[in-house]
Amino acid sequence: MRLGDSDVRLLTGTFDPASELAAFTATVSEAGGVVSFLGQVRAGDGVEALELQHYEPLTLPAMRDLARMVRGRWDLDGLLIIHRSGVMEPGEPIVLVAAAARHRRDAFAAADFAMDHLKSESWFWKREKVGGEWRWVEPREQDFEDIARWG
Amino acid sequence: MTQVNRASSSDGSGVTLVFLGRLESVAGGGSRKLALSPTIDALIETLEPSLVSALREPRVKLAVNGILLQDTDAPVLKDGDEIAFLPPVSGG
Repeated sequence: MRLGDSDVRLLTGTFDPASELAAFTATVSEAGGVVSFLGQVRAGDGVEALELQHYEPLTLPAMRDLARMVRGRWDLDGLLIIHRSGVMEPGEPIVLVAAAARHRRDAFAAADFAMDHLKSESWFWKREKVGGEWRWVEPREQDFEDIARWG
Repeated sequence: MTQVNRASSSDGSGVTLVFLGRLESVAGGGSRKLALSPTIDALIETLEPSLVSALREPRVKLAVNGILLQDTDAPVLKDGDEIAFLPPVSGG
Protein backbone atom coordinates (compact mmCIF):
# COMPACT_ATOMS: atom_id res chain seq x y z
CA MET A 1 0.00 0.00 0.00
CA ARG A 2 1.41 3.38 -1.00
CA LEU A 3 1.41 6.11 1.58
CA GLY A 4 -1.77 8.15 1.31
CA ASP A 5 -3.66 5.34 -0.42
CA SER A 6 -6.50 3.46 1.15
CA ASP A 7 -6.66 -0.32 1.24
CA VAL A 8 -10.23 -1.25 0.28
CA ARG A 9 -11.16 -4.86 -0.32
CA LEU A 10 -14.30 -6.92 -0.90
CA LEU A 11 -13.62 -10.55 -0.01
CA THR A 12 -15.63 -13.66 -0.79
CA GLY A 13 -13.64 -15.83 1.61
CA THR A 14 -12.86 -15.50 5.30
CA PHE A 15 -9.97 -13.36 6.59
CA ASP A 16 -7.85 -13.03 9.71
CA PRO A 17 -8.55 -9.61 11.28
CA ALA A 18 -5.51 -9.76 13.59
CA SER A 19 -2.99 -10.31 10.81
CA GLU A 20 -4.70 -7.75 8.57
CA LEU A 21 -4.56 -5.17 11.34
CA ALA A 22 -0.91 -5.96 12.08
CA ALA A 23 -0.02 -5.59 8.40
CA PHE A 24 -1.91 -2.31 8.15
CA THR A 25 -0.35 -0.91 11.31
CA ALA A 26 3.12 -1.73 9.96
CA THR A 27 2.47 0.56 6.96
CA VAL A 28 1.55 3.59 9.08
CA SER A 29 4.43 3.97 11.50
CA GLU A 30 4.07 7.78 11.33
CA ALA A 31 0.61 7.61 12.88
CA GLY A 32 0.22 8.19 16.60
CA GLY A 33 -2.89 6.07 16.77
CA VAL A 34 -4.82 3.38 14.94
CA VAL A 35 -8.52 2.90 15.65
CA SER A 36 -10.10 -0.28 14.36
CA PHE A 37 -13.57 -1.77 14.33
CA LEU A 38 -14.26 -5.44 13.77
CA GLY A 39 -17.80 -6.59 12.97
CA GLN A 40 -18.51 -10.29 13.30
CA VAL A 41 -21.49 -12.59 12.86
CA ARG A 42 -23.39 -12.56 16.14
CA ALA A 43 -24.08 -15.92 17.76
CA GLY A 44 -27.51 -16.47 19.27
CA ASP A 45 -31.08 -15.69 18.21
CA GLY A 46 -31.00 -19.09 16.51
CA VAL A 47 -29.01 -17.70 13.59
CA GLU A 48 -27.09 -20.53 11.93
CA ALA A 49 -25.53 -18.52 9.12
CA LEU A 50 -25.48 -15.09 7.57
CA GLU A 51 -25.17 -14.35 3.88
CA LEU A 52 -24.20 -11.03 2.40
CA GLN A 53 -24.87 -10.55 -1.26
CA HIS A 54 -23.15 -7.85 -3.30
CA TYR A 55 -23.49 -6.54 -6.85
CA GLU A 56 -20.10 -6.49 -8.53
CA PRO A 57 -20.49 -3.29 -10.60
CA LEU A 58 -21.61 -1.21 -7.60
CA THR A 59 -20.40 -2.59 -4.29
CA LEU A 60 -16.61 -2.21 -4.44
CA PRO A 61 -16.67 1.08 -6.40
CA ALA A 62 -18.96 2.56 -3.71
CA MET A 63 -16.63 1.31 -0.95
CA ARG A 64 -13.76 3.09 -2.71
CA ASP A 65 -15.85 6.27 -2.96
CA LEU A 66 -16.53 6.03 0.76
CA ALA A 67 -12.80 5.70 1.47
CA ARG A 68 -12.12 8.83 -0.61
CA MET A 69 -14.84 10.70 1.28
CA VAL A 70 -13.34 9.66 4.64
CA ARG A 71 -9.85 10.73 3.51
CA GLY A 72 -11.24 14.08 2.40
CA ARG A 73 -12.87 14.68 5.74
CA TRP A 74 -10.11 13.68 8.16
CA ASP A 75 -6.36 13.92 8.03
CA LEU A 76 -5.36 10.26 8.04
CA ASP A 77 -2.11 8.41 7.50
CA GLY A 78 -3.93 5.31 6.32
CA LEU A 79 -7.33 3.72 5.96
CA LEU A 80 -8.22 0.05 5.74
CA ILE A 81 -11.68 -1.24 4.79
CA ILE A 82 -12.21 -4.98 4.38
CA HIS A 83 -15.73 -6.31 3.87
CA ARG A 84 -16.94 -9.86 3.37
CA SER A 85 -19.51 -11.12 0.95
CA GLY A 86 -20.94 -14.63 0.85
CA VAL A 87 -22.01 -17.09 3.54
CA MET A 88 -20.57 -16.70 7.05
CA GLU A 89 -21.02 -18.59 10.31
CA PRO A 90 -21.40 -17.12 13.81
CA GLY A 91 -18.08 -15.75 15.04
CA GLU A 92 -16.71 -15.11 11.55
CA PRO A 93 -15.50 -11.61 10.74
CA ILE A 94 -17.71 -9.52 8.44
CA VAL A 95 -16.00 -6.16 8.33
CA LEU A 96 -12.75 -4.62 9.49
CA VAL A 97 -12.21 -0.87 9.38
CA ALA A 98 -9.02 0.75 10.62
CA ALA A 99 -8.04 4.40 10.51
CA ALA A 100 -4.56 5.63 11.31
CA ALA A 101 -3.92 9.26 12.20
CA ARG A 102 -1.46 11.52 13.94
CA HIS A 103 -4.15 12.34 16.50
CA ARG A 104 -6.55 9.84 17.97
CA ARG A 105 -9.76 11.87 17.56
CA ASP A 106 -9.40 11.89 13.77
CA ALA A 107 -8.88 8.13 13.82
CA PHE A 108 -11.89 7.48 16.07
CA ALA A 109 -14.18 9.74 14.03
CA ALA A 110 -13.02 8.39 10.66
CA ALA A 111 -13.58 4.76 11.67
CA ASP A 112 -16.98 5.60 13.17
CA PHE A 113 -18.06 7.52 10.06
CA ALA A 114 -16.89 4.75 7.73
CA MET A 115 -18.81 2.13 9.72
CA ASP A 116 -22.03 4.14 9.83
CA HIS A 117 -21.88 4.58 6.06
CA LEU A 118 -21.02 0.95 5.41
CA LYS A 119 -23.94 -0.17 7.57
CA SER A 120 -26.59 2.01 5.99
CA GLU A 121 -25.49 2.87 2.46
CA SER A 122 -23.28 0.16 1.06
CA TRP A 123 -24.57 -2.20 -1.60
CA PHE A 124 -25.09 -5.35 0.44
CA TRP A 125 -28.19 -7.45 0.92
CA LYS A 126 -28.33 -9.68 3.93
CA ARG A 127 -30.14 -12.86 4.78
CA GLU A 128 -30.07 -15.06 7.84
CA LYS A 129 -30.55 -18.77 8.18
CA VAL A 130 -32.79 -19.61 11.14
CA GLY A 131 -34.11 -23.13 11.71
CA GLY A 132 -32.79 -24.17 8.29
CA GLU A 133 -34.74 -21.40 6.53
CA TRP A 134 -33.17 -18.38 4.84
CA ARG A 135 -34.92 -15.05 5.31
CA TRP A 136 -33.96 -11.61 3.97
CA VAL A 137 -33.14 -8.90 6.49
CA GLU A 138 -34.82 -5.53 5.95
CA PRO A 139 -33.04 -2.20 6.59
CA ARG A 140 -32.85 -1.11 10.24
CA GLU A 141 -34.16 2.28 11.33
CA GLN A 142 -31.22 2.60 13.73
CA ASP A 143 -28.76 2.54 10.82
CA PHE A 144 -30.46 5.58 9.24
CA GLU A 145 -30.36 7.42 12.57
CA ASP A 146 -26.66 6.58 12.94
CA ILE A 147 -25.79 8.04 9.54
CA ALA A 148 -27.92 11.15 10.11
CA ARG A 149 -25.52 12.15 12.93
CA TRP A 150 -22.91 13.15 10.36
CA GLY A 151 -25.10 15.73 8.61
CA MET B 1 -26.69 -17.00 -8.42
CA THR B 2 -28.95 -19.20 -10.45
CA GLN B 3 -28.99 -18.55 -14.15
CA VAL B 4 -32.44 -18.90 -15.66
CA ASN B 5 -32.52 -18.83 -19.42
CA ARG B 6 -35.60 -17.70 -21.18
CA ALA B 7 -36.26 -16.41 -24.67
CA SER B 8 -32.56 -15.80 -25.24
CA SER B 9 -30.88 -16.71 -28.47
CA SER B 10 -27.56 -18.49 -28.70
CA ASP B 11 -25.70 -15.51 -30.21
CA GLY B 12 -25.77 -13.60 -26.91
CA SER B 13 -28.39 -11.09 -27.99
CA GLY B 14 -31.02 -9.96 -25.53
CA VAL B 15 -30.66 -8.41 -22.11
CA THR B 16 -29.86 -9.77 -18.66
CA LEU B 17 -31.94 -8.92 -15.62
CA VAL B 18 -30.25 -9.19 -12.23
CA PHE B 19 -32.34 -9.50 -9.07
CA LEU B 20 -30.68 -8.58 -5.78
CA GLY B 21 -31.72 -9.36 -2.24
CA ARG B 22 -35.31 -10.47 -1.68
CA LEU B 23 -36.07 -9.88 -5.37
CA GLU B 24 -33.97 -12.98 -6.08
CA SER B 25 -36.46 -15.01 -4.05
CA VAL B 26 -39.45 -13.44 -5.81
CA ALA B 27 -37.90 -14.09 -9.23
CA GLY B 28 -36.82 -17.62 -8.31
CA GLY B 29 -33.23 -16.89 -9.36
CA GLY B 30 -30.55 -14.24 -9.35
CA SER B 31 -30.68 -13.44 -13.04
CA ARG B 32 -32.63 -13.98 -16.21
CA LYS B 33 -31.93 -13.53 -19.90
CA LEU B 34 -34.73 -11.95 -21.89
CA ALA B 35 -35.27 -10.92 -25.47
CA LEU B 36 -34.60 -7.25 -26.05
CA SER B 37 -37.41 -4.79 -25.38
CA PRO B 38 -36.97 -1.10 -26.21
CA THR B 39 -37.59 0.16 -22.66
CA ILE B 40 -37.37 -1.12 -19.12
CA ASP B 41 -41.13 -0.69 -18.72
CA ALA B 42 -41.77 -2.85 -21.77
CA LEU B 43 -39.32 -5.42 -20.46
CA ILE B 44 -40.99 -5.59 -17.04
CA GLU B 45 -44.39 -6.06 -18.74
CA THR B 46 -43.22 -9.42 -20.08
CA LEU B 47 -42.65 -10.82 -16.56
CA GLU B 48 -45.05 -12.61 -14.25
CA PRO B 49 -47.40 -10.32 -12.24
CA SER B 50 -45.92 -11.12 -8.80
CA LEU B 51 -42.46 -10.13 -10.02
CA VAL B 52 -43.78 -7.05 -11.83
CA SER B 53 -45.26 -5.64 -8.62
CA ALA B 54 -42.09 -6.42 -6.63
CA LEU B 55 -39.89 -4.69 -9.23
CA ARG B 56 -42.15 -1.64 -9.40
CA GLU B 57 -42.01 -1.00 -5.68
CA PRO B 58 -40.93 2.64 -5.28
CA ARG B 59 -37.90 1.84 -3.13
CA VAL B 60 -36.40 -0.50 -5.74
CA LYS B 61 -33.56 1.23 -7.58
CA LEU B 62 -32.27 0.34 -11.03
CA ALA B 63 -28.85 0.18 -12.59
CA VAL B 64 -28.10 -0.33 -16.27
CA ASN B 65 -24.62 -1.70 -16.96
CA GLY B 66 -23.53 -0.73 -13.45
CA ILE B 67 -24.77 2.88 -13.67
CA LEU B 68 -27.54 3.84 -11.24
CA LEU B 69 -30.59 5.37 -12.86
CA GLN B 70 -32.21 8.54 -11.55
CA ASP B 71 -35.99 8.45 -11.10
CA THR B 72 -36.66 10.27 -14.38
CA ASP B 73 -34.23 8.25 -16.51
CA ALA B 74 -35.82 6.07 -19.19
CA PRO B 75 -32.92 4.62 -21.16
CA VAL B 76 -33.31 2.95 -24.53
CA LEU B 77 -32.09 -0.61 -24.12
CA LYS B 78 -29.74 -2.43 -26.45
CA ASP B 79 -28.52 -5.99 -26.86
CA GLY B 80 -26.15 -7.07 -24.11
CA ASP B 81 -27.41 -4.62 -21.49
CA GLU B 82 -27.54 -5.73 -17.87
CA ILE B 83 -30.39 -4.30 -15.83
CA ALA B 84 -30.11 -4.72 -12.07
CA PHE B 85 -33.01 -4.34 -9.66
CA LEU B 86 -31.78 -3.17 -6.26
CA PRO B 87 -34.10 -3.30 -3.24
CA PRO B 88 -33.22 -1.25 -0.14
CA VAL B 89 -29.85 -2.37 1.22
CA SER B 90 -29.81 -4.13 4.56
CA GLY B 91 -26.37 -2.94 5.60
CA GLY B 92 -23.07 -4.68 5.92
